[in-house]
Amino acid sequence: MDLFLQQTLSGLATGAIYACIALSVVMIYQAIDHFNFAQGEMAMFSAFITWQLIDWGANYWVAFFVCIVVSFIGGMAIERIVFAPIHNAPILSHIVVFIALFQIFNATAGFIWEFTIKEFPSPFPDKMPLDIRMIGAHEVGIVGVTLIMLALIYLFFRFTPIGLAMRAAAAAPDSARLVGINVGWMLALGWGLAAAIGAVAGMMIAPIVFLEPNMMLGILLYGFAGAVVGGLTSPLGAVLGGFLMGVLENLAGTYIIGSELKLTFALVVIVTILIFKPSGLLGRVVVQRV
Amino acid sequence: MAFLEVANLEAFYGPIQALHGISFSLEQGGITTILGANGAGKTTTLRSICGMVKTGGEISFDGESIAGKATEAIVRHGVAHVPEGRGTFVRVTTEENLKLGAFSRRDSKAVQQDMERVYGYFPRLKERRNQQAGTLSGGEQQMLAVGRALMLHPRLMLLDEPSFGLAPLIVQELFGILRTINKDEGVSMLLVEQNASLALELADHAYLLETGRVVMSGTADEISADESVRESYLGY
Repeated sequence: MDLFLQQTLSGLATGAIYACIALSVVMIYQAIDHFNFAQGEMAMFSAFITWQLIDWGANYWVAFFVCIVVSFIGGMAIERIVFAPIHNAPILSHIVVFIALFQIFNATAGFIWEFTIKEFPSPFPDKMPLDIRMIGAHEVGIVGVTLIMLALIYLFFRFTPIGLAMRAAAAAPDSARLVGINVGWMLALGWGLAAAIGAVAGMMIAPIVFLEPNMMLGILLYGFAGAVVGGLTSPLGAVLGGFLMGVLENLAGTYIIGSELKLTFALVVIVTILIFKPSGLLGRVVVQRV
Repeated sequence: MAFLEVANLEAFYGPIQALHGISFSLEQGGITTILGANGAGKTTTLRSICGMVKTGGEISFDGESIAGKATEAIVRHGVAHVPEGRGTFVRVTTEENLKLGAFSRRDSKAVQQDMERVYGYFPRLKERRNQQAGTLSGGEQQMLAVGRALMLHPRLMLLDEPSFGLAPLIVQELFGILRTINKDEGVSMLLVEQNASLALELADHAYLLETGRVVMSGTADEISADESVRESYLGY
């Protein structure tokens, strides 16, 4: 029983990482209706920016917020420069660009900062209060940060005109133009927000896995799995899916399949969900009368 | 100069030319209809006016040239397009669809009043305000499309086949409401219809398109009285 509790809690801790990255996956999916395979690498790159700022002597929180702003602008710039010109191209062209971005960010980070692992500071205290040992303070911090981001995203999409316009522009671009929405800028905004959320995820993840250009490889797969499990259209679903992936991965690894097959497990979950419940746990089923 | 003045309008879909230099005009507060068979270029004409296809020629609205401008910029001049196929935002609610119609406006109090006015015209939409718009019936979605256009507080409405796929009773109701909007609020309308008799009843002026060219124009009464129009389009 102790082992079960231990594994569940540590599953929740890793789940928070997946939830974080799943959130940025859902964000970009809301905005452009596609997966962005480079999402993890963008988050990694953002974490490196923060690391560099701290290395130059900046305060953690200054670096934290500067990184979010830079990532937001960078995300918008990627959309405007790379994706706007191929806006009407078939989806395969987009996928090729996603893969190219993945390589570019990965290689550039390696070129600038090298492939050796670096320590990344955590903003949270070293020890949990009350001498709790089951789960670390940083893990609890990630859960908190994830939930705060979730709340902000929910409020943004649910209650602001821009959030509504973003959803409209993604789902029906022609109709969106006809009500005066500048669809191009909505897409850019979606990219900016996704990059900013990814930046927070990267900065939360880096203290655990250590900072290096390949740090997101496995995590992104679990993040995708979490997003698919939760339903690609639902931020809350993504967070729940992320936690669920973390716990399932840990329990399956402990009791059933052993640690070698853990990554395969994520892929099996993605395929299973897509076959049996494509809309995920909380994804909105689009009903349309014709 | 007329309220909407279109001169030598040409439109292209890639290498294919759909409009071969058509000219027409619309007076402020008037309803003009464009008639023609399938493929005559009616929808293309409307899409050209709001910048959704590549065009040549001149389009001026209220004395200002709008040719070549981006769709969202033209909309901000007060041109509301009710598109072919209704263009419903299916994933959001009825009320959110209406809110989106007022996206370019900043006068939130007046927007609220306009929302109530739209619900006044279409009580059914109020009943279904929190329902996902994709689940509305065809007639309700057509009402929603008109309602969404009204939320812009437009000066000109472009209506593309508003009667398409609707039951005769609902068509009567909808056209009655369009007439009211035109009379009471002075909204000018450019109407494209397959149903010629219905369109000529509502409109004051009419243009007849054939394969991208204007072949006849006049007041609605003149066009209705024309022998060949009666044979080809009105069927009596």
